[in-house]
Amino acid sequence: MNFMASKQPENSLLGPEADSQRTLYPYVTGTSVVALKYKDGILMAADMGGSYGSTLRYKNVERMKAIGKHSLLGASGEISDFQEILRYLDDLILYDNMWDDGNSLGPKEVHNYLTRVMYNRRNKFNPLWNSLVLGGIKNGQKYLGTVSMIGVNFEDDHVATGFGNHLARPILRQEWHENLSFEDGVKLLEKCMRVLLYRDRSAINKLQIAKITEEGMTISQPYSLKTYWEFSAFENPTQGAVGSW
Amino acid sequence: MPKQQANWSPYDNNGGSCVAVAGADYCVIAADTRMSTGYIILTRDYSKICKLADKCVMASSGFQADVKALQKHLAARHLIYQHQHSKQMSCPAMAQLLSNTLYYKRFFPYYSFNVLGGLDNEGKGCVFTYDAVGSYEKVGYSSQGSGSTLIMPFLDNQLKSPSPLLLPVQDAVTPLAEAEAVDLVKTVFASASERDIYTGDKLEIVVINADGIRREYMDLRKD
Repeated sequence: MNFMASKQPENSLLGPEADSQRTLYPYVTGTSVVALKYKDGILMAADMGGSYGSTLRYKNVERMKAIGKHSLLGASGEISDFQEILRYLDDLILYDNMWDDGNSLGPKEVHNYLTRVMYNRRNKFNPLWNSLVLGGIKNGQKYLGTVSMIGVNFEDDHVATGFGNHLARPILRQEWHENLSFEDGVKLLEKCMRVLLYRDRSAINKLQIAKITEEGMTISQPYSLKTYWEFSAFENPTQGAVGSW
Repeated sequence: MPKQQANWSPYDNNGGSCVAVAGADYCVIAADTRMSTGYIILTRDYSKICKLADKCVMASSGFQADVKALQKHLAARHLIYQHQHSKQMSCPAMAQLLSNTLYYKRFFPYYSFNVLGGLDNEGKGCVFTYDAVGSYEKVGYSSQGSGSTLIMPFLDNQLKSPSPLLLPVQDAVTPLAEAEAVDLVKTVFASASERDIYTGDKLEIVVINADGIRREYMDLRKD
């Protein structure tokens, strides 16, 4: 007996019809981003892979972009959501420029904006499936922060997303120090990226390192890391192993 | 194909412990500075303490994004209050506001476990303790967060107030001096860091008294 069939209003986010309008899981994803503060600003590294589940579908994805004059954004997670975020930030920077008042949004402000965007999407149960790293320098003040897809954010001297938290942060905790030179910073990032390459299934050996200083943002040409696979322990891994056949 | 369920949770627990102790003319609010998720430490230097008004400080542990949003909300409401009343909100007033704010999201809660500490209108220390949906109580001391199960019994042992059921109504504030209370808080966190994996790195202590607000730090175990 159905006296008053409870009907959802057309624009409601509840009910089965609405699920096609909400992010349930990611499709094309990027893996870790690693970043650290160094003497002149921020260094950030990310590989160029876009995975479609277990397939390596795209091998030329730039997962780091300059935002305005002072910031650099790196993203892991759903690539299409990253592109959407870039469109939001385009508008943000455009309106900031159109004031033409000599002021410009610094990395702290952009990070705060992104945090609010991510948190609000999470509140509506329709998240942007990304972990973002926002770094920059303005008026000599270096800033490096991160936001997750549910809005958890913080800033630190070095940050990473995804697997980077497990594999790169311990290395950075051990070896990072204030006022790293550019060369030392790059070496440290490469050390982290190499470990990720060996141990993260979705990492590929084609990465870029981006740097942001007071002068601006530069991003390296894609390049690959040297790897070594001839460790004797791996040459004949089952030799000497106890087995039943 | 059966209907797909979302495989993400809008909540996360970023861990940490908070404590507040009220004295005759001071209030000590403390929290560790570790932020974690699962078995990972995200950062060792994150403040869980937020000054809401001149004589009113809140420490919150739980889901950091909700905590941040809650702090922003309260700060905004306090600003409006100041514009409308030409004065700062008292601690008891902020306490009620926090409770109402939390209950407002009763059906999609702020996953935030708060202790509010400060001085009331007479300059006496007061501590309010909350659950995630706004149920609150004025107490002499409290702890919330991942280490609270370890900390609270110890505080009960050291600071036990007379039963609130007794008549005449007895005060819950501790007779301890400010320095002794700060020392107790340091001891409590050092102990909690031994056994609670989510508590550690650094302790941030805020002391409010007639002279104003003072901040102090102490290193804790980093493991």
